Amino acid sequence: MLDIFSKLFQKDTNSKDVAKERLRLVLIHDRANMSPELLQSLKEDLITVINKYLEVDQEALEVNLSNVDDSVALVANIPIVQVKRSL
Amino acid sequence: MGEVIVITSGKGGVGKTTTTANLGTGLAINGKKVVLIDADIGLRNLDLVMGLENRIVYDLVDVVEENCRLRQALIKDKRFDNLYLLPAAQTRDKDAVSPDQMKKLCVELKKDFDYILIDCPAGIEQGFKNAISGADWAVIVTTPEVSAVRDADRIIGLLEAAEIRNPKLVVNRIKLNLVAQKDMMNINDMIDILAIELLGVVPDDEKIVISTNRGEPAILDEISLSSKSYKNIVRRILGEDVPLMPMEAETTFFGKLKKLIGLGS
Repeated sequence: MLDIFSKLFQKDTNSKDVAKERLRLVLIHDRANMSPELLQSLKEDLITVINKYLEVDQEALEVNLSNVDDSVALVANIPIVQVKRSL
Repeated sequence: MGEVIVITSGKGGVGKTTTTANLGTGLAINGKKVVLIDADIGLRNLDLVMGLENRIVYDLVDVVEENCRLRQALIKDKRFDNLYLLPAAQTRDKDAVSPDQMKKLCVELKKDFDYILIDCPAGIEQGFKNAISGADWAVIVTTPEVSAVRDADRIIGLLEAAEIRNPKLVVNRIKLNLVAQKDMMNINDMIDILAIELLGVVPDDEKIVISTNRGEPAILDEISLSSKSYKNIVRRILGEDVPLMPMEAETTFFGKLKKLIGLGS
């Protein structure tokens, strides 16, 4: 609801800002030399490792490269379903 | 001892050849002894842009294969005695020349010329590797479009890997009206993204089409906006400190540029 509200009152983003933002994201990947396939495979490996300790929501798991203060960071958002007791 | 500058972009069609022709002519206007090398073997075009297509006898490949002497292959410009063109071969492919041969050629030319400008082919394959091998530094041409900027970024990385440091950026074909309405990236946006030094900005100018049709570099035109931009870039290459066109705000940028061509107040 709030989303619709803000969209109604917000001016359309300039297309140059869209261009800049898209470029920024694509260049992070280009520069890190990391393909979506590689990222997917990293994600799968992460799940395997984490699953040894925690039960995580594999569907909701997100792994991305992002730009933090002029450097590139690997950001993972991993929702935990349950902590495994038996370890 | 001369200086070898490679004009490159990654993406095709952004204006490498036009930039090479105009900067070379501009350096010659300033009394420098200049040679332009068309490194785009198989897709020769710098001769056409310079209006020298009917004078070609030997080409770059003939020189490296020693079918002729270097002197014989250099074509003297129609307008300036101190400007020469070494054309690309049209019927060969990029593998006809090796990076080592290009390096040797550049060393040879540096003895006789103040500036050696190399028009690099599009792409990042063999032709690119040949073109950059003898270069002291690089001019990267881009347009304010996502695809051209992305490719420019890739080229910056590849140049760095080849130890060609500090490339300088020419933003070509900027459309002032689109920048003003924020539908085209401005100079600050481009510098922000690519993080390299700006050498100059060339606005989109119909004059370029006309001058290319005639085979006369636009810089020879006294009044056009693109001619002024090229002259500024030439002065910067010569080491002069020419202030960049104002870039604080797009509107100011637009206004000042309009003023430059006598449209604004």
